[in-house]
Amino acid sequence: MTRITIDPMTRIEGHMRIDVEIEAGKVTDAWTTGTLFRGFEIILRGRDPRDAWHITQRICGVCPTSHGHASSMSMDDAFQVKPPDNGRIIRNIIEGAQFLHSHILWFYHLNALDYVDVVSALKAEPKEASLKAVQRKLKAYVDSGQLGPFANAYWGHPAYKLPPDINLLAVAHYLEGLVMQAKAAQISALFGGRMPMTMTSPPGGVTHVPSVDDLKNYLFRIQELQTWIDGTFIGDLYAIAPYYLDQAAVGRGHGNFLAWGVFEDASFDPKKRLLPRGALFAADFPTLHEAKPEDVMEDTTHGWYRQGKPLNPATGATDPEFTAYDTGKQYTWAKAPRLQNRPMEAGALSRMLVAYAAGQPTAKKLIDEALARIGYPGKPQVLFGVIGRIAARALECKLVADAMHQWGLDLIENIKQGKTAVYTEYRIPDKARGIGLWEAPRGALGHWIDVEGKRIKNYQCVVPTTWNVSPRDENGVRGPIEEALVGVKVADAEKPLEVLRVVHSFDPCLACTVHLIHPASNRILNFRVC
Amino acid sequence: MGKKVDVSQPFLQALAFRGVTRRDFLKFCGATAALIGLSELHIPRIAAAIEKAAKRQPVIWLNFASDSGCTEAFIKATYPSPAEVILDILSVDYNETIMAAAGRQSEEILSASRKAGGYILIVEGGIPTRKGHGMIGNREMLDVFKENAAPAVAVLAIGSCATDGGVPAAEPNPSRIIGVSEAMGKVGINKPLINLDLCPVNPQYLVGVVVHYLLLGKLPELDHLARPLMYYGQTIHDNCERRAHFDAGRFVEKFGSDAEGMGWCLYKMGCKGPMTYSACPKIQYNDRTSWCIKAGGPCIGCAERKWTDRFAGFYEPLPDVKIPGLGGVEAGADKIGAVAAVATVAGIAIHAAVTAASGRAREKKGGDKP
Repeated sequence: MTRITIDPMTRIEGHMRIDVEIEAGKVTDAWTTGTLFRGFEIILRGRDPRDAWHITQRICGVCPTSHGHASSMSMDDAFQVKPPDNGRIIRNIIEGAQFLHSHILWFYHLNALDYVDVVSALKAEPKEASLKAVQRKLKAYVDSGQLGPFANAYWGHPAYKLPPDINLLAVAHYLEGLVMQAKAAQISALFGGRMPMTMTSPPGGVTHVPSVDDLKNYLFRIQELQTWIDGTFIGDLYAIAPYYLDQAAVGRGHGNFLAWGVFEDASFDPKKRLLPRGALFAADFPTLHEAKPEDVMEDTTHGWYRQGKPLNPATGATDPEFTAYDTGKQYTWAKAPRLQNRPMEAGALSRMLVAYAAGQPTAKKLIDEALARIGYPGKPQVLFGVIGRIAARALECKLVADAMHQWGLDLIENIKQGKTAVYTEYRIPDKARGIGLWEAPRGALGHWIDVEGKRIKNYQCVVPTTWNVSPRDENGVRGPIEEALVGVKVADAEKPLEVLRVVHSFDPCLACTVHLIHPASNRILNFRVC
Repeated sequence: MGKKVDVSQPFLQALAFRGVTRRDFLKFCGATAALIGLSELHIPRIAAAIEKAAKRQPVIWLNFASDSGCTEAFIKATYPSPAEVILDILSVDYNETIMAAAGRQSEEILSASRKAGGYILIVEGGIPTRKGHGMIGNREMLDVFKENAAPAVAVLAIGSCATDGGVPAAEPNPSRIIGVSEAMGKVGINKPLINLDLCPVNPQYLVGVVVHYLLLGKLPELDHLARPLMYYGQTIHDNCERRAHFDAGRFVEKFGSDAEGMGWCLYKMGCKGPMTYSACPKIQYNDRTSWCIKAGGPCIGCAERKWTDRFAGFYEPLPDVKIPGLGGVEAGADKIGAVAAVATVAGIAIHAAVTAASGRAREKKGGDKP
C-alpha cells in the first residue's frame, strides 16, 4: 500500500491537501483537508448590515459576485424589500457574466492541463496559419528553457490521450480563453463597476440606471461570447470527449446532487429560476426532491471541534478544538454538511441534473443532445463522474450565455415601456432575520443574516466547497470528493494525474470553505461562516 | 578568440530557432566589443549580458491569507494581457492557481527558484501570525514567507491583504493577520518593497510597475507608504468624472434615480472618493470598461489602509467634508484651514474654498433637486 499526499493542490482556489491510499494501482481511500482561517463571521458582527455584501465578496475572489448577491438577497429577505424587475435582470446579468468567466477559466486554465499535453502540441503538423503561429510561439517558449507555469508537470504521462493536433488546438484555445474570460468579466464591470468585487448590487436592487451606451456595450459583448462558446468551447468539448469516454465512470461519487437554484425569475419563485432549486438522490434518481434549508445538518465528527450532535446551521455551534492531523480521528477544519442525512455534491453538474429532472427545456435539450452524441441516449446517469462534471460546465456556460442575451432584450423592452426602476428603497428594521439561497459557479451557496439594533448580530455562510470537501460524518460516510476518489486507477504514484483530475472536476474553492472556521477560540460561535 | 565563450544550450536553441548560429552570435558579440572599443577578451562578458537580457524576469507569486481576488484581477489585465505577461515578459515560475505542476513537483520548482534567486516575489494575501491559522505544507505562513523572500531581488505586495492584512485583518482581526511590510520587519528581511493597495489590486497597476521596471530599469517613485506615486498621488475625487456635479452641488440622493442616470455626485450616498488616493478614475477596470463610481457604486475607499474599519458604514456620508452649494461652505469657511491640516481631506477643502470664492456655490445655493 502506498500513501500519497498532494500538498499544495494547485489549479484550484486556495490551499488544499489531498491524501490517498493506493493499493494495486487503485485508490482505496481518500481524505481532503484545508489549512487557513480568516474569521469573516467574527469580523461581520456588530457592523452595518449593508456593509456585509461588500465584505462577503472578499470571501472569494473567484466568485465574489455570488457571495455579494447571496448577501444582498439575505437582506432583501430580512428587510422585506423586492428589487424592481430591471434590478432583478441586471443582477442576473452581472451574476451570469461571472458564471461565463468562471467556467471558461476553469475549463481552459485550471482543468484542461490534466487532459491536454502541452509538450505534445509541438509534434502537431498544423495546416492553418494561425495554428502554425501558435506552435511557433510555443516552440520558442519551450526553447527558451523558461517554462514558467508549465514547468515540471506530468507531460508525457500515459493518461494523456489526445493526438498532437488536438493538443495544439487546445493550447491555442487556452490563449483565446484567457481573452474571452476577461471579456466576460467586462460585462460584470459594465453593470458592476469592476470585476472582481462588483459595486452596484446592494439590498433593494442595483444602483445604476443603464444608459443606451451600456446596453450597446453589453449586447455586442454577449453576442461575441455566445459565438465563441458555441463554436470554440462546445466544439472543444466534443473534440476532446471521444478520447476520454472510457473515463465516464471515473470519479463517480455518491450520486446525490443539491442545487439551491440561480438566476431569478420575474415571479421570484426559486423553482422557476433559470436553473431551479431541487435535490436528487442516487437511491431514486431522477425523482426530484424539494431542497429545504431546514433539512441541512452539520456534523463535526472528523473536524477539529469539540464533539456534539449534528446541528442545523441556523442554530449550529462551532467549538473548535485543534488536535492533530489524524485521518482516523480529526483531519480537517471543514464540517460535514448533510441534506436529509446524505452527503451532497454541489456544482454545475448538480444544477444541470436538477434542471433536467425538473424538465427545464433548455437544459433538457442540451443534455439529451450531449447524451446522444456520446452514445448514451436517455441515460443521464452516465454523467455522474469526471467527464459529466466537465460537460455540465460547458453546457451550462452555453445555457447561461444564451439566457443572458435574452435578458438584455428584456431589459431594453422594459425601458421602452417606460419601466426604468432598478432599486427599491427600504428601512432597516431593528430586528430581522433573512436567508439568501443562491449558487456560485461551483455550487450551492447560502447566506444567513441576523440583525438586531440595526446591526449584524450573527452572519453565516454555507458554501459550495463545504459540501464538496466535506470529511466523513458520524456514520463514517465519506464526503463527495473523498468518495469520488475511491476506486480511481493511478498509473504512477509519483505522478498522480488521475487524482488531480477527480479533484479538479469539482472546481474546489478553499477560500470559501475552510479558511474561515475559528480554530483557537473556545467560544461557542452560534454562526459559522463557511 | 582564444578564450572559450560559455553560451548555454537552451539559449543556443532559442537562437537556432530564430536562424542564428552560435558562430553568428559570437561574431555579433565580437562586433559589439569592437564597436564600444573593447578587446575580444570582453566577448564572454558581452555574451553573458546578452543572454541574461534575453531571459524573462523570473517571478514567484505566493498566496497567503487571500481569496485569490488579485490573481483573478491579474488575469483580467489588458495591454499587456496575462498571456503576454506569462509568455513574453515574465517567467511566472510559481503561482499555485495557474501552474500545471502540483504537490511535490511544485515544491521542487520553488526550491530550485530559491537556489537560483534573483526573482521578484509577488505576495498576495496577508500573513497570519496566530499559531496554526495559516499553514502551507504543515509550516507557518510567516516562515514560508521568510524563506522565499530572502532570495528575492524585490517584493511586490499586491492588494490590501498583502499591504496591511486587508478585510480579514479588520477588527477584531481573528487570525492576527499582518501585511508584508510588517512581516518583513518581524522576520528581519530588508528588501525593496512596493505596495499596491486596493481590494483587489488594479491589474494595470501591477503590470504597469513591472513594465516600468523592465523598460526604465528602475522601480517607480514611491510615497511614504511605498506606493507608486504614479498611481497613488491623487485622490479619486481629484479626477472623478462626477466631480463637476459635486462642484455644482448636484447630488444623487437615491440609487437608480434620474440624478444617478445623469451622472450626479455620489457623495451623499457614502462615496469615499474624497479621502481615497488611487488613480481609479484614470486607469479604470477591465480594459477601461468602467469603474465603481461610473457604474453608480459609491467608492468604499478600498485603496486606503484599514479601509474596512475606517470607512465602516460604507453607505454613510463621510464626516467633515464641506459640501458646496448647501450652505456648508459658507458656514464652514472659517474652519477650512483646520480641515486642510488633515492631509487626506486637504484637496477637497481647498477645492471647496476655491468654489466658494468663485461664487459658483453661492449661485447654486440649495443645490439642484433631481
